[in-house]
Amino acid sequence: MTESLEITVTVNGQEYQRAVETRLTLADFLREDLGLTGTHLGCEHGICGACTVLLNGDAVRSCLMLAVQADGAELTTVEGLSRDGRLTALQQAFQDNGALQCGFCTPGFLMTATAFLRETKNPTEAQVRDAISGNVCRCTGYVAIVEAILQASERGGE
Amino acid sequence: MAAGNYMGSPVKRQEDVRFLTGAAQYVADVKLPGMLHAAVLRSPHAHARITSIDASEALSLPGIHAVYTFGDIAPLAKPIPVRVFHLPGLEDFLQNHLAVDKVRYVGEPVAVVVAESRYLAEDALEAVQVDYEPLPPVTGVRQSLEDQVLLHEQNGTNLAGHAVVGFGDVEAAFRDADYTRKEEFKTHRHTGNPLETRGLVADYDDQSGDLTVWGPTKVPHTVKNVLVAQLGIPEDRVHLVEPDVGGGFGIRGEFYPEDFLIPFAAMRLGRPVKWIEDRLEHLISANHSREVLCEVEVAANNEGTLLALRADIYGDMGGYVRTHGAVVPALAAGLLIGPYRVPAFQAGVHCLMTNKVGTGTYRGPGLYEGCFIRERLMDMVADDLGLDPLEIRRRNIIQPSEMPFTVGPTRVDGIITTYDSGDYPSALNRMLQELDCDSLAGLQGQVQAGKYHGVGIACYVEPTGFGPYEGARIILRDAARVELYLGITSLGQGHETVMAQICADSLEMPIDNIRVFHGDTDYMPRSVGTFGSRGTVMAGNAILLASNSLKDRILDVAAGYLDTETSNLEFREGSVYRIGQPEEGPALVLADVIRLAESGEGAAGLDVTEYFRMGERTYSYGAHGAHVAVDPETGKLEILRYIVVEDVGRCVNPLTMHGQSIGGAAQGIGGTILEELVYDDDGQLLTGTFMDYLLPTSRDIPNIESVILEEAPSPLNPLGVKGAGEGSILATGATLANAVSNALKTFQVNVTQLPLSPSRIRDLIRNAPTP
Repeated sequence: MTESLEITVTVNGQEYQRAVETRLTLADFLREDLGLTGTHLGCEHGICGACTVLLNGDAVRSCLMLAVQADGAELTTVEGLSRDGRLTALQQAFQDNGALQCGFCTPGFLMTATAFLRETKNPTEAQVRDAISGNVCRCTGYVAIVEAILQASERGGE
Repeated sequence: MAAGNYMGSPVKRQEDVRFLTGAAQYVADVKLPGMLHAAVLRSPHAHARITSIDASEALSLPGIHAVYTFGDIAPLAKPIPVRVFHLPGLEDFLQNHLAVDKVRYVGEPVAVVVAESRYLAEDALEAVQVDYEPLPPVTGVRQSLEDQVLLHEQNGTNLAGHAVVGFGDVEAAFRDADYTRKEEFKTHRHTGNPLETRGLVADYDDQSGDLTVWGPTKVPHTVKNVLVAQLGIPEDRVHLVEPDVGGGFGIRGEFYPEDFLIPFAAMRLGRPVKWIEDRLEHLISANHSREVLCEVEVAANNEGTLLALRADIYGDMGGYVRTHGAVVPALAAGLLIGPYRVPAFQAGVHCLMTNKVGTGTYRGPGLYEGCFIRERLMDMVADDLGLDPLEIRRRNIIQPSEMPFTVGPTRVDGIITTYDSGDYPSALNRMLQELDCDSLAGLQGQVQAGKYHGVGIACYVEPTGFGPYEGARIILRDAARVELYLGITSLGQGHETVMAQICADSLEMPIDNIRVFHGDTDYMPRSVGTFGSRGTVMAGNAILLASNSLKDRILDVAAGYLDTETSNLEFREGSVYRIGQPEEGPALVLADVIRLAESGEGAAGLDVTEYFRMGERTYSYGAHGAHVAVDPETGKLEILRYIVVEDVGRCVNPLTMHGQSIGGAAQGIGGTILEELVYDDDGQLLTGTFMDYLLPTSRDIPNIESVILEEAPSPLNPLGVKGAGEGSILATGATLANAVSNALKTFQVNVTQLPLSPSRIRDLIRNAPTP
């Protein structure tokens, strides 16, 4: 039950080699083993999307994956978005539009929207609403989040 | 932006960057050296006698440090006390931290396991052997009233508390009325479900005797007092620290069993202990809310003038009375009258035990329920008397000339309810204008593209600014650094910005100079907490008082140095001036005042603390409106437009206030159309995951439109503010129920029960008088 395997992952540009229990979730690996606590756990059964990270560029739920399944992968977490202390266009749009309150769901939304805006230029409101429908925000009512994503797109992407 | 103009401006939130970059620190992110992890064993039965507990196998597993059952905590533990709304009798139905002999709901803590890791702790839960002898469960208030099955046998009844409020000659009013109608309404069990679950970290230093607890974040000073009383630690040795918090909504931060168990374990084991609730636990352990059954009768004359209202409100308490279990039925009764003139009123409040999770508040507690009951009744009366729903409201709504308006004794504490200020018709009219109600007149009840269109409106009044006090401490460190310490917590509302705006304007300083400290019980020795839309009213005014005291102190120091009277001086734009001699420039700059205040005899620097005290409540008010389309085939409710108009007296930050309005309305829409905590006849929760308990997503919530009014500042506090966090949610059930009833009027559908899920709407059509 407590068998360990060696894995190698690249997270936010940095390579890590770790021995991990096979039953360890990717979310717990990021949070507990790597100390990247910006990835949050809201339900641990794949509904709320707070734990969303990018795995080889795709938005995935890190609570539904095991760390060993990420062996060899390139991961991005919310800590890897801004560079040199500067917010990304998307992060800035979230602040400008009041798209966060308690902030707990925010990393998941940012990761989902980052992946979405890379694939979809000039999205419609309906496309944005569809893209984020797998992430739950309990505070904002989504209106400001949708506005922020549309504004980030207008300002030139994620 | 110039200093002095922050209040009323959409200042961007100062706290956002740490949330956007993953740097925020929630309780699950707190890590201490040597930390152990706890998991709670919970009852799988709704009602059962515990015949034995055997933890020996669990204790033998690797990495397990302790398994505690009631016997271990019995010498210290007492039941969790009622915090507010004490009705006589409630104290006999309280919850112990671990089950004693019996379990009374699925999810009740029976044992707690402490291990090297969360994974090992959860493994060990399965190895704790508990034998139960199941008992018949009570799953609803009607069954509870029968007292055939008793939850707390020693009390001889399931009725934990009871009160009657009211005024006027109700009997005579009903006897003489042209028109009366009797109805029964039900609001459904659902709850706040903040996206971050509950969690705690406790650390005990046995050298110093200090206990530090991270996590409780609504009323930490109350939680601290309970810990002091039960753990036997001096008050000055208990420190509650608030990390970043992932939403509150009423459910988070009350005293729960784990708030004792985790500090207890940390003290026993001499190591820090962490417990992070998972979502499945949250749904069967943290407070539920909203479940009310109401029998109500209205009397009116033929013109639609209300004459009397009488009601019996049955609140479902669950298996134990929780810290504020009576709030929902009591506030449902207390504000049932809402913004209308009702000459005679009587309401019975009944708190009944059932074998379900204990109940507490959810944003707009009792108000969502009461608004639904009242505003549905208003539409029914209008329909019966051949009046427009708007007309009946206009005939009964309290006019601005009647303010302050004495409602009468509707509170369970016997205090008279008085609405402090307001222009209720204006808020209603503004909502109608935004909704463009006239243009929708022809659509109501009509079919377009296979869907029935309907319009719903509802008015509300909301008690806010719960007292009795709140404090603020301001320290002027240097001319460009002000430290503001608060006792209230922030659960995501943006206090670090809003409170800094008030402080910056009061001191006429740039907002960047203000640093807000909150979330540590050591910052302020006394605080009531963050709930009931009281933060801005109570703490905001404390900041104003403290700022004024600080300015007085600045002038005192300056007057002493300048050898003049303080009345000859004024403090503005960061300097002290001689009144009437502006051409001279500053008589003393702030840096010099600080230097003077910190030197010489009796130097205490510039450090002031003030408490704002308010015994009365200030009442926000407003109106909601919705245009909906109902698909009669699928029962799906489509919300085409949703308008929230709120008057909060004075708005400090429109950006965060619109966030509260839209966010609260979205929660209310979710609660009204999707969310329900469903129990079966065995007392098993059927909606125990987010796959069954549906939270609204971006595809369920429309572009809610929010209008903020500032027409009636509160006369009860110097800032003139009223609470702003709950008005947006509390009329959602009423508005949507009215809209659906309006859309389906061809079928003579009258919604009397929530939620408005597709299956319920289909049932309404199927069972309608005119199918």
